[in-house]
Amino acid sequence: MTSKNNPLPNAEDLLKSIASQLAPSLKANTALVGIESGGVWLMQRLLNLLAKPIAQYGVEHGTLDVSFYRDDYAKRGLKSENRPSQIGFDVEGKHIILIDDVFYTGRTTRAAMNELFDYGRPASISLVALINRGGRELPITPQISGASISLDANQHLQLVQNPDNTLSLMLNVSET
Amino acid sequence: MNNPQLDADGSLRHLLSIDGLPKKILNQILDTAESFVGVAERDVKKVPLLRGKTVCNLFFENSTRTRTTFEIAAKRLSADVISLNVGASSQSKGETILDTVNNLIAMQADMFVVRHAQSGAAHFIAKHVPAHIHVINAGDGRHSHPTQGLLDMFTIRKYKPELHNLRVAIVGDVLHSRVARSEIHALTTLGVPEIRVIAPKTLLPTQVEKLGVHVFHNMDAGLKDVDVVMMLRLQNERMNGAMLPSTQEYFKTYGLTQARLALAKPDAIVMHPGPMNRGVEIDSSVADGKQSVILPQVTYGIAIRMAVMAMLAGGQNGGQTS
Repeated sequence: MTSKNNPLPNAEDLLKSIASQLAPSLKANTALVGIESGGVWLMQRLLNLLAKPIAQYGVEHGTLDVSFYRDDYAKRGLKSENRPSQIGFDVEGKHIILIDDVFYTGRTTRAAMNELFDYGRPASISLVALINRGGRELPITPQISGASISLDANQHLQLVQNPDNTLSLMLNVSET
Repeated sequence: MNNPQLDADGSLRHLLSIDGLPKKILNQILDTAESFVGVAERDVKKVPLLRGKTVCNLFFENSTRTRTTFEIAAKRLSADVISLNVGASSQSKGETILDTVNNLIAMQADMFVVRHAQSGAAHFIAKHVPAHIHVINAGDGRHSHPTQGLLDMFTIRKYKPELHNLRVAIVGDVLHSRVARSEIHALTTLGVPEIRVIAPKTLLPTQVEKLGVHVFHNMDAGLKDVDVVMMLRLQNERMNGAMLPSTQEYFKTYGLTQARLALAKPDAIVMHPGPMNRGVEIDSSVADGKQSVILPQVTYGIAIRMAVMAMLAGGQNGGQTS
């Protein structure tokens, strides 16, 4: 219903937008870190779209699965599927650019930052989100995002990866 | 059938034995452990999952390695850990198991890791604790040692990921081994097509074939073309009477030597749950050799125990993330 009145932006367009916003931030001593799973899909695409500056500055990349750092573990437990985090570079002194799909409460970002600090002390951390859906609960906000929309709590915005590797956004509404 | 290990919704509440664990949960434990292996490779080998929880290691029977790895696992999950060598304290004063447990619950313990010489001890405790308490069996009598079985599966999967294509031999004192039982259940559940047990008749339980294994009394024949050799410890302390002529004799017939290992596939791996009797069931040159994965088993044991504790202690609804 909502999606008809207020059509969702096209994920591929948003991706291009964050790629062009991100390009100037890529410099030496920078690393991209995708948050499982949507953030990792985005990062893979960004590695492609920004291949030139990434190679030029030797930008490193890695992935985080923040399951072990979430603040709702006591309530929800572990999800049935989790992937090992893969940070193959030295975090110490790096400018880290976190990549997530949908920015909502900020709790995932907090978990990701906590995990990153267990790898080392980064020089800085910034956040790129494909879309900011509003509703943050912490003093955290993306520095770069493709679009900002405002959704209700019972609306769930999700990034999906299509079989041809393109991305799209999906909106589900739960009964309240 | 009532399986006390699982909640009404089928998620893990206690870990008591591999027998009765659905394949889905088994795989979930192995996959989760994969993530914890990565944690151990970092500078800060700790995650905050069990912050504020208290884990009690209740060891009514001694075991340095198992107790240490459970302790390390709990600490890497940020839990507070108390290790009680119960044999040496309350039990000798006549306190019952349940009294010991209830006292620890009164001290706000959240999880018990139980090792006992009596089969069924962990089940017994699990049956009597309140709903928010979790119990892990760290070995009960001859019955079961599920985390050992799980870490063995994890190790096999690491080196030989194609489980549905493997030939696995379990060699030695199957009769007294809770490890062997856990291994056989796990291998069967995960779809390993050929499981062999190699042992003298006196060290095999009656009707062991019913577990779906092929029995060999001749070691050379049993080792032929296997991918995995799982050695068992000769459990001298559990033997009564003369089941064996002598340990030297045993080594001659069932000891794993380089020459015997050569009968297995050239890339076969050698496992042993420890502690090893060098020169009794395994030759030192094999134990320390290129095909041995005995020390990686110990390392993976920590990740497996972290995974089990993490799955037990959290809310268990399978976790939608927001």
